[in-house]
Amino acid sequence: MEFYRSHVLICGGTGCHSSGSADVMEVFKTELESNKLENEIKLVQTGCFGLCAIGPVVIVYPEGAFYSKVTTDDVPRIVSEHLLKGRIVTDLLYHDSVHDDEAIKSLDEVEFYKKQKRLALRNCGVIDPEKIEEYIAFDGYKALGKALLESTPEEIINIIKASGLRGRGGAGFPTGLKWEFTAKAEGDKKYILCNADEGDPGAFMDRSVLEGDPHAVLEAMTIAGYAVGADQGYIYVRAEYPIAVKRLNIAIDQAREAGLLGKNIFGTNFNFDIEIRLGAGAFVCGEETALIASIEGKRGEPRPRPPFPANKGVFGKPTLLNNVETYANIPQIIHNGADWFQSVGTEKSKGTKVFALGGKVMNTGLVEVPMGTTLREIIYEIGGGIPDNKEFKAAQTGGPSGGCIPAEHLDTPIDYDSLARIGSMMGSGGLIVMDEDNCMVDIARFFLDFTVDESCGKCPPCRIGTKRMLEILNRITKGQGEEGDIEKLEELGKNIKASALCGLGQTAPNPVLSTIRYFRDEYEAHIRDKKCPAGVCQALLQVLIQAELCKGCGLCVKVCPTDAISGERRSPHVIDQSKCIKCGACMEKCPFKAIVKG
Amino acid sequence: MKSLKELEQIKQKTLDAVNLRKERTGGTRVVVGMATCGIAAGARPVLLAFLEEVKNRNLKDVSVSQTGCIGVCRLEPMVEITRPGEDKVTYVNMSADKVKRVIAEHVVNGQVVTEYTIGAAQ
Repeated sequence: MEFYRSHVLICGGTGCHSSGSADVMEVFKTELESNKLENEIKLVQTGCFGLCAIGPVVIVYPEGAFYSKVTTDDVPRIVSEHLLKGRIVTDLLYHDSVHDDEAIKSLDEVEFYKKQKRLALRNCGVIDPEKIEEYIAFDGYKALGKALLESTPEEIINIIKASGLRGRGGAGFPTGLKWEFTAKAEGDKKYILCNADEGDPGAFMDRSVLEGDPHAVLEAMTIAGYAVGADQGYIYVRAEYPIAVKRLNIAIDQAREAGLLGKNIFGTNFNFDIEIRLGAGAFVCGEETALIASIEGKRGEPRPRPPFPANKGVFGKPTLLNNVETYANIPQIIHNGADWFQSVGTEKSKGTKVFALGGKVMNTGLVEVPMGTTLREIIYEIGGGIPDNKEFKAAQTGGPSGGCIPAEHLDTPIDYDSLARIGSMMGSGGLIVMDEDNCMVDIARFFLDFTVDESCGKCPPCRIGTKRMLEILNRITKGQGEEGDIEKLEELGKNIKASALCGLGQTAPNPVLSTIRYFRDEYEAHIRDKKCPAGVCQALLQVLIQAELCKGCGLCVKVCPTDAISGERRSPHVIDQSKCIKCGACMEKCPFKAIVKG
Repeated sequence: MKSLKELEQIKQKTLDAVNLRKERTGGTRVVVGMATCGIAAGARPVLLAFLEEVKNRNLKDVSVSQTGCIGVCRLEPMVEITRPGEDKVTYVNMSADKVKRVIAEHVVNGQVVTEYTIGAAQ
């Protein structure tokens, strides 16, 4: 085996990929070759480091130098200075990764990572996801070996039950119980499914796990197969995740070749294989019964439960279905024991949760924190706060199924139950931060617009009910809201929640109900005063010239594209509201700041 | 895959390669001075010789890296070796030929090759 004196880790997650990490990798390759360094320095493409906001990210070991926003132009400098001469290019380092005396911090000391605890993401950004040996080097497949050779299926299920692990897809059902139900179900054939149909706008943790550590999911599914008595697994992943699909395919091939999938795994008589099923990107297919229908080749529509998949799942056989992040925790629980996992988290929510941090926050990216971490710690310490010193208004968890959390609950320790108590939900882990410039009515409208689009149309409460709610919200944001609209939304919302067929419909009203709960005054301002306090809803805005500040210079008249402004020279001008399209061009042009939106 | 032993073998084979990515381990550090003076005096062949020896002997927990000018340019190529818990030893006027002996005696067996050190040269 070659000995390399230095490893250059380049993030190959989708975030860094789209900011150009593939090109950076190519330039590194040619630069290393032209400097004849290719035999002493190893290039590794890894999964997501988490700090997507400052990508492409490159880390050089053994120094642990953390380069951010690396462009192809920066590469020759890094190669000739750092890799050839050993002088770290300090001006390209991520600012928070350097001490005041220019010494390099270890990653654990960087503010973004300090409060994190990476369990599900432990290999992301560390190993090359396309090399099974690297996964094995970090104790990969050891849990599977231990399970097959040293434990009975019942013992495995008992460990998972004792660990307190709950489903990371959103609902938080105890994973061990699910395994037990499937193990006890009668059937000549059973299936293991992995739900990788991540659909929430802004959520990308499952994708990152698949891209950065695909073998962890394969290993966990194989352990699950042994525990419940299944010999076939399917990963249902959306076709919009090309990098994840590619790496999964590579991982499956490697595992088969190594005899970690297939017949007689670890010399036992246990057989297990995994296939990929591509989803076309319908949100409803993240719902378990719709996902199962889609795998069977049918239209992706949910059906009433019971029977639950544990008894009657894919092709009518007992089926175990878990989410990607749930699986990513399994090998470590088997490896380190239930007590170890129990020691992290809160009383009823054990372990960690990965959040995709987005919206109005400095460090957008992927974070993993122990359950019980507060929203304030995530947003202000890990996330680096809100840009431009704006005021925090609310955070949306759980995407279109969840709700908003206002400033008064910033210090609530996050777990499944505490979020449910304040009217939101854990959801799959999207966390969108909103500041004073976001209109809560508009946010609710945005999410409802999404669910109306994604409703499969099978049950009337969801198909018709959410549409009616959206119509009311559209009216409100256009200034045509009426007294009683809020009450109508609440009533509709409650009824849809109670009567919709599947999780999509049952949770669709949540964003509306929770914004009404915490920001009723904003709804009232839209309806009664025809005003949008955040200045977002176009129809409720007026662009006005303040007469006392206007000098009548006429500059605004020239830039107005609709000729809406008129007035005598040297006297205050006025805007004809029927012509104004609120483009704001006049506001930018006015030298006296006399034009305002309100 | 037939046994845990087989798995362990793959692990051990790859471990050295990935160990480098862990945060500062307690292993032996070999640092070669690679400023202009060092390179001009022939630091590259020295560095490559270290890499070659570490690889051939399959040494674990040894990192080889470079640094800038160590300061005594007339004695380049210079190499600093720090074994865990021991003081730093500075070798001067290094050459690829001397590397083998330093690895064998100092890095592996903990016996400083006194005649190559900066103390002997002064």
